[in-house]
Amino acid sequence: MYDVLKVRRDFPILEREVNGRPLVYLDNAATSQKPLQVIRTLSRYYERHNANIHRGVHRLAEEATGLYEEARGKVARFIGAPDPRGLVFTRGTTESINLVAHAWGRKNLREGDEVVLTEAEHHSNLVPWQLAARDTGARLRFIPVLDDGTLDMEAAERLIGPRTRLVGCVHASNVLGTVNPVERLAELAHEAGALMLVDGAQSAPHLPVDVTSLGCDFFAASGHKMLGPTGVGFLWARPELLEEMEPFLGGGEMIREVRLERSTWNEIPYKFEAGTMNIAQAIGLGAAVDYLGSLGMESVREHERRLGAYAYRRLAGVEGITLYGPAENRTGVVAFNLPEVHPHDLSQLLDQEGVAIRSGHHCCQPLMRRLGVVATARASLYLYNTEEEVEALVEAIARAREFFEAPA
Amino acid sequence: MMRDLYGQVIMDHYRRPRNRGELEDADLTRHLLNPLCGDEVTVYARFEGDRVAEASFTGRGCSISQASASMMTERLRGKSREEAEAEISRFKRMMTGEEEFPEGDDLAALKGVIQYPSRIRCATLAWEAFQKGLEQTSS
Repeated sequence: MYDVLKVRRDFPILEREVNGRPLVYLDNAATSQKPLQVIRTLSRYYERHNANIHRGVHRLAEEATGLYEEARGKVARFIGAPDPRGLVFTRGTTESINLVAHAWGRKNLREGDEVVLTEAEHHSNLVPWQLAARDTGARLRFIPVLDDGTLDMEAAERLIGPRTRLVGCVHASNVLGTVNPVERLAELAHEAGALMLVDGAQSAPHLPVDVTSLGCDFFAASGHKMLGPTGVGFLWARPELLEEMEPFLGGGEMIREVRLERSTWNEIPYKFEAGTMNIAQAIGLGAAVDYLGSLGMESVREHERRLGAYAYRRLAGVEGITLYGPAENRTGVVAFNLPEVHPHDLSQLLDQEGVAIRSGHHCCQPLMRRLGVVATARASLYLYNTEEEVEALVEAIARAREFFEAPA
Repeated sequence: MMRDLYGQVIMDHYRRPRNRGELEDADLTRHLLNPLCGDEVTVYARFEGDRVAEASFTGRGCSISQASASMMTERLRGKSREEAEAEISRFKRMMTGEEEFPEGDDLAALKGVIQYPSRIRCATLAWEAFQKGLEQTSS
């Protein structure tokens, strides 16, 4: 039985107050809070093991290297990757996708080629492809989002074809809460001879992920959204693709032999890990996936499915509210607008009651345009949130409206 | 506490914005987006000689940005280009705390915004747009 109160005790920040009220943290799609297990792993690393990795032969260097590589194995297992050589540590999802757009895209895309994305992409899975398209002459095409927040899969079948070289899709939308059928898109991509990239920034923290059964070729995610530290994320790719790809950043560690005029590359994944990596953070991410694994991702998903449905239902009862995204098969992300209170004003008023939500375009300006808005409010739930916190949100919204409607 | 930010004057300008709407035969039209939040504003002005005869705005944004735009249009009407430029620079200095807010003026209602750094851009958006518009149309 999933015990949310027990889980909450692992997160010290949840005990703090904001403006004299208990913190109700509902901005988890932006970043998650960290359990003691992760915080302690970071301080233990700095207190006991800190050294640079891979090159030293002294004890600390060997310990640090061992912990770092152990973390790689943990993260690879967490996403069902059979071979840890396919797991490259990066700064996060954005860097992971830029890595693919440079190291794969710039080498393989040609004029006349097409990259198929969706209208719901985060800027991090859009702008890197715009840059790659500009440099290579490839063209970007977009799978439309239907009014219910799901993808137009009939259009996807028409759009993905012989010119397609890569299909890129957000697994779980950071605005709509939609879980997209990336398995089906991967099939369509592979039938067309293209590769499939999945932006897992909002899925890896919340859903059981198995890159093998998803059938994707690239999977990118961020550590800080899944209980880990900032500054670390990962790209998983099929090892044979990584072998063929050009390096992304050049420098130390990623080389085998350097001469003045030219160099040869280290084996994967080190070929893509130039310079000193965020070692402590990667080890902290290892502790985060241990923590998620100990709860069980099926249980986490079930808690969030139930709580997300509860939040959607409670918010749907707010008079005049507009909710975005599908009613079913959603994550714990709920974006909404009220007719008379702008999202910025709403989040400011909610903050007065200790309730933290996000407002703005959520790095999805094309999707905002598709929805016909410039901004939305967004509450995003995680494994430590409760029904009581959803109630606090609903009550705070009611008070914010009273404030805005009352004569000043 | 929230009344410091959302005081009577701001709520009045937000609910009953002055000079809201497109201006026909505008000499100055400038659109500006706040990349932080996606809010947008377009400012318009018609000149008679060197003076701002009419100023207006359209756009979508929060109460702070809409109220500030509304106040700006009132403030700049009748001003010469040079005076308008000076008003805008002065307002921007107020929002960074480099200059005092004038007593007994509507603009003083925006003073509370300074305590919320993430909202300062909301207050300055229309003013920045007008400033860019002035630069564009100056010969």
